[in-house]
Amino acid sequence: MSLLQQSSPHAHRARPTSRVMQWVILAALPGLFAQTLFFGWGNLINVIWCMLLALAAEAAVLQIRGKPVAFFLRDHTAAVTGLLLGLSLPPFVPWWVAAVAVIAAIVLAKQLYGGLGANPFNPAMVGYALVLVSFPVAMTTNWAEAGMLWDAPGFGETLNIIFSGQQTAIDAYTMATPLDEYKHKIATHTAAEVLQHPTFGAGVAKGWEWVNGAFLFGGLVLLALRIISWHIPVSFLAGLALMSLAFGNNPDQYAPVSMHLLAGGTMLGAFFIATDPVSAATSHKGKLIYGASIGVLIYLIRSWGNYPDAVAFSVLLMNFAVPFIDHYTPPRTYGHHKPPRGIPGKTG
Amino acid sequence: MSQLWSFPGGIHPAENKQQSTSRPIRKAGIPERLVLPLQQHIGEPAEPVVAPGDRVLKGQKVADVTGGLGVPVHAPTSGTIESISRHPVPHPSGMEDWCITLIPDGDDRWCELNPTSEYRKLDREGVLEKIREAGISGMGGAGFPAHIKLRPPSDRKVDILILNGAECEPYITADDMAMRERANEIHSGLKVMAWVLRPERCIIAIEDNKPQAIEAMRRASEGTQAEVVVIPTKYPSGGEKQLIQILTGMEVPHGGIPADIGVMCQNVGTAIAVSRAVFRGEPLISRITTVTGEGVSEPGNFETLIGTPIRHLLDQAGFDPKRINRLILGGPMMGYTLENTEVPAVKTTNCIIAATEAELPLPPPEQPCIRCGLCADGCPMELLPQQLFWHAKAQDFDRAEHLNLFDCIECGVCSYVCPSSIPLVQYYRYAKGEIRTQRAEQVRADRARERFEARQARLDREQQEKELRRQERAKAAAEAQAKKKAEAEKAVVSGEAPDERDAKAAMVQEALARKKARSAAKETMPNGAGGAEKPDVEALEKQLEQARGKLETMERMLEDAKATEADNVEKLERAVTKNLDRVKRAEDALADARKQLETEPGE
Repeated sequence: MSLLQQSSPHAHRARPTSRVMQWVILAALPGLFAQTLFFGWGNLINVIWCMLLALAAEAAVLQIRGKPVAFFLRDHTAAVTGLLLGLSLPPFVPWWVAAVAVIAAIVLAKQLYGGLGANPFNPAMVGYALVLVSFPVAMTTNWAEAGMLWDAPGFGETLNIIFSGQQTAIDAYTMATPLDEYKHKIATHTAAEVLQHPTFGAGVAKGWEWVNGAFLFGGLVLLALRIISWHIPVSFLAGLALMSLAFGNNPDQYAPVSMHLLAGGTMLGAFFIATDPVSAATSHKGKLIYGASIGVLIYLIRSWGNYPDAVAFSVLLMNFAVPFIDHYTPPRTYGHHKPPRGIPGKTG
Repeated sequence: MSQLWSFPGGIHPAENKQQSTSRPIRKAGIPERLVLPLQQHIGEPAEPVVAPGDRVLKGQKVADVTGGLGVPVHAPTSGTIESISRHPVPHPSGMEDWCITLIPDGDDRWCELNPTSEYRKLDREGVLEKIREAGISGMGGAGFPAHIKLRPPSDRKVDILILNGAECEPYITADDMAMRERANEIHSGLKVMAWVLRPERCIIAIEDNKPQAIEAMRRASEGTQAEVVVIPTKYPSGGEKQLIQILTGMEVPHGGIPADIGVMCQNVGTAIAVSRAVFRGEPLISRITTVTGEGVSEPGNFETLIGTPIRHLLDQAGFDPKRINRLILGGPMMGYTLENTEVPAVKTTNCIIAATEAELPLPPPEQPCIRCGLCADGCPMELLPQQLFWHAKAQDFDRAEHLNLFDCIECGVCSYVCPSSIPLVQYYRYAKGEIRTQRAEQVRADRARERFEARQARLDREQQEKELRRQERAKAAAEAQAKKKAEAEKAVVSGEAPDERDAKAAMVQEALARKKARSAAKETMPNGAGGAEKPDVEALEKQLEQARGKLETMERMLEDAKATEADNVEKLERAVTKNLDRVKRAEDALADARKQLETEPGE
């Protein structure tokens, strides 16, 4: 009889990080399906390309760092980073733009900070922001015109467009995003005139509403499985919606609230990106502040900034603020009058 | 139905209680040998009042605490005291401690008991004394002496007395079975405690996963003041602080005790012990222990004599040593693993789990923290387990303490839910241990400093006094000199001086002659010729003694200096070597002298 010496607790509930990440990937599939259905094969190719590249980059750096490669690859976090980039990038973006984004995300934003759990910034958003400011043309002109999959370029053709660099061939299929279109036209047109543009379609924004709806559905699945908590998505959407209702209720000046919520990357950002636990605030109160601030920032940048969509910048800005938020939002411990604020030996 | 509150966090682990509730409570019987640790409670260890070879009767006191916090230990059956020695005791470290070993004689003969049916005629102190004499310490977990707990500070009034029958930890069913089978005893014990405390409310709190216990306790307390309150099953609702929060909505203040908010919790096992102590006069010599896990074929609860080796208990339940991979004392959330089966069951041993690998598998390897916050969501104390983990790992203990590390009750919820399977509780135990060690060292260092400063002050004072005396002497001498001078001057006038000078010169001459004679004698001595002086053994002995004394003083000073890290250590070390030499020389001289005496017996 050899007895194991182990410290308590002896019972554990098994839902390891790898399982959590698998669920995140599964929950994003409806969104990917909607993207493919309405905007062609581009996003699917991007997702596969980005995920493969992310895994390769992660493996390479782990190897250099002398870490167990298989052990860390199995946590699926690199795959999720690749997936999020693939979902966010424009469908016809050249392959090297995606590659720069993925390598920046995995190597710079994640591994150079110490790998899983040690990165202060959301890796996918670092990659996205980098290519957005570095290659603005590639990042704004490669959005697909909303249509049905069978009207869009075929799989082989899309593959060719992305990897051959023959961007001119696709001008017929690309179009500015609805938020971009609205932002630039509303200065000189009325809302009714702007909405005549084919990008908006009959609903809020052709195709985009379905994509956002699908990501919302996936997000609700994650909520139901308790993989994410409600605090960040709800405060995120509330912050954005309330800003829009308070400051932009005139559609002849600003995009309406429905467009803010259902066009662009709002739902993907609220449920899949801002909820990245590593770079988000931790306490419930902190998460509410964090999520709401991202929503507010998105509105500010979309309405008065230079970028039509602003999820990446808002998330990164709030990543900066996370240590500060965490510092001032600890819960009150049982039996204490107030939360343990400040640093030891000082009040504050 | 009284109002219930909720506590934050908590979990619902697999209960695994049905295995051990299918059989009634069995008697574990009398083992070959009983091992009674002298410390089974919080406080001072008890001191034996018997000696090896003594015959004792069942219930006879074998050890007692005379001064300080503690309770006596009693013989669980009649027999002979075999030894009082160190023996492995139930402790996470697997340490040994002083134990009385009793060889039962099989008669199981009681000593004379002193039951009281009319406890109300005794005064409060009388009842508390009976409880103390029965050796009752809290049987829920920590083992705090019951008579002390039942005597809250005089400025505190206990309004609510809670009998804790929550038993929230998986596997453990000792309280559940006790409530099912011994509801009346529990109720009468509660009555005694209520009589002592005079609370406004008596609550028997039971988790809703124990319907039979609830039913039994309801029947036993029908028509009395005691109310049975059913609380939702959630771990750790049986934690004292959490149970108080559930039942009253109040929180025990940080650093305080439940009596500070007018509440007291007692365990159902303690109630049985109190009832037996008062109504039967029986001391606490047995308890109910759950023996369960897939490593035993007949899991269940056993009426166990205190001191019964775990092995005996396991064998009663059909133990298969080959199947198990760990043996847990207590529950799977807060219990600790045992190194061997020879440790005895004590007053706080509520459960033994003989677990197989499949039943409680090892957690997967630790992964990096992804800050998911599940630990914080689960923490019933609303701590920040993640931050505490960072600070403990970084050995930034100030920050860990600032985030209320010491409020952690080590319930294990954070580790249980951690997706990266980080052994969080272990990190907190480590940090707590380090902080305690640092504090103890600080206290020691402070004491050493005080000692050093006191010594320095004494030396300074002595130096000053010496200086003062020297000055006084100098003054007196100067005065005498002046007087003498004046007298001499007077004498010169009268013509006496020359005589005195001659006398002095004669004395000097005489001294010189003596010295010469002595050195002449010394020179002749080594030859042994001329009837040289006998070596003065006595003087040499005296010399040696002095040298030794001096050496000791020097060594002491050196030790002090080392302890206080004074800068004269080196000097003192040199002095010690020098004195060592001196002692050696003196010893050699003495030995020589003795040899000389032996070789010259004629002398």
